[in-house]
Amino acid sequence: MKRVVITGAGTVNALGRDVPATLEAMREGRCGISELEFRDVERLSIRIGGQVKGYEPEAAFNRQQLALYDRFTQFALIAAREAIAQSGLSFHGDLADCSGVVLGTSGGGLTTQDENYRSVYEEGKNRVHPFVVPKLMNNAAASHVSMEMNLRGPTFTVATACASSNHAMGLAFQMVRSGSCSVMITGGSESMLCFGGVKAWEGLRVMSKDACRPFSANRNGMVQGEGAGVYVFEEYEHARARGAEILAEVVGFAMTSDASDIVMPSKQGAARAITGALRDGKLAREEVGYINAHGTGTAANDKTECAAVADAMGPQADRLMISSTKAMHGHCIGGTGAVELLACIMALREGVIAPTIGYEEPDPECALDVVPNEAREADVSAVLSNAFAFGGLNAVLALRKV
Amino acid sequence: MSVKDRVIAIIAEQAVLEPSDVTMDSTLEDLGIDSLGLVESIFAIEEAFDISVPFNANEPEQSDFDISSVATIVAGIEKLIAEQAK
Repeated sequence: MKRVVITGAGTVNALGRDVPATLEAMREGRCGISELEFRDVERLSIRIGGQVKGYEPEAAFNRQQLALYDRFTQFALIAAREAIAQSGLSFHGDLADCSGVVLGTSGGGLTTQDENYRSVYEEGKNRVHPFVVPKLMNNAAASHVSMEMNLRGPTFTVATACASSNHAMGLAFQMVRSGSCSVMITGGSESMLCFGGVKAWEGLRVMSKDACRPFSANRNGMVQGEGAGVYVFEEYEHARARGAEILAEVVGFAMTSDASDIVMPSKQGAARAITGALRDGKLAREEVGYINAHGTGTAANDKTECAAVADAMGPQADRLMISSTKAMHGHCIGGTGAVELLACIMALREGVIAPTIGYEEPDPECALDVVPNEAREADVSAVLSNAFAFGGLNAVLALRKV
Repeated sequence: MSVKDRVIAIIAEQAVLEPSDVTMDSTLEDLGIDSLGLVESIFAIEEAFDISVPFNANEPEQSDFDISSVATIVAGIEKLIAEQAK
């Protein structure tokens, strides 16, 4: 089995247009959630989100590209460019043939669907732009990253709702670890902040109208975000041979299914995924100093997640830190685990634990060290990243300092 | 059909029961309606009466809309209909 390391990271999200800006915001505990701005927002009862504002796609893409790139594809490409530039890799010949792309997304080109349904149903038009299908398809982002970077190996999209990008990164990890690929570009991207996207979530009545307050007793729901996180997962010897800077090592991954309820999470399913990731990474519970929580700020997730962590981690649950960065960047759905992996890398590399902001009242059902409101300095050698999706699908990654 | 009868019909359908099996002091739990069933019932009620029910599944106890029994739900809806009548 090969070792797998991360040699590049990229992002765009409500906290920042790149990794340095995002990490700075996380260190400062800044909130990127604000009033949503898009057409028909006044017909929504939920009007806040972690929206990427002041974004000018024309600065990154030309007109022909924009005709083909939904916002989620644009985000994926911006993040992939940053990650691959940091890695210093360029893909030709054999390396191109054994390198690929696995990205997570839940809604894919939802904005494109929203705009075009509006055009044919509401406005009664009978003609749509010829590129609607290639623009909205869920694999568009992965394909465009493959095309732009000449990645000719396995390339596909994973859709497991809120766990999509953790599943994607876990598969990329397994492909490099098994030796079937030298480099995988992986992570996730999401852009659901449009009228139809938010209206659908509103229906479920789990959204907060004012703030995302994970683990706080007065939490009242989730807040949606958008953005992308993309990484370069590279075989360790390959990275070392070329003198690449290594951000962290990916050591373990596990996925489980609750097999119980389409929306209510299960403690057992989550705990099995956490335990599985430790086993896969040959990590002792005592080695884990930080967990980046799924931490959505809903009543159901946060208490179930804390109970699962307590079960899986035993006495270490009371010693480790666990925080949810969703209170800062919002829940980026199929891209969220990828954006949140930045907090894991920051913990390992910089010894800074991103806080859970918006924390106001302790909840006895979430009685763990949730790093309330302010970032903390701590030396941690191994971390976990949790993602627990609707559909009962759980994916946990384990990372270690190199 | 009265508000009460219409609400009972909606709840009975959700619970897969006959309306006669739903009494005013039944709780949703008694009727086997889970959180997803509750959200679906509220949606059906909003559609039936053309009202908007202030209900957040994260804090059911803090909402103005009391779901502790069929009677409180009916009373809450009657109040909302009166308030939201144009």
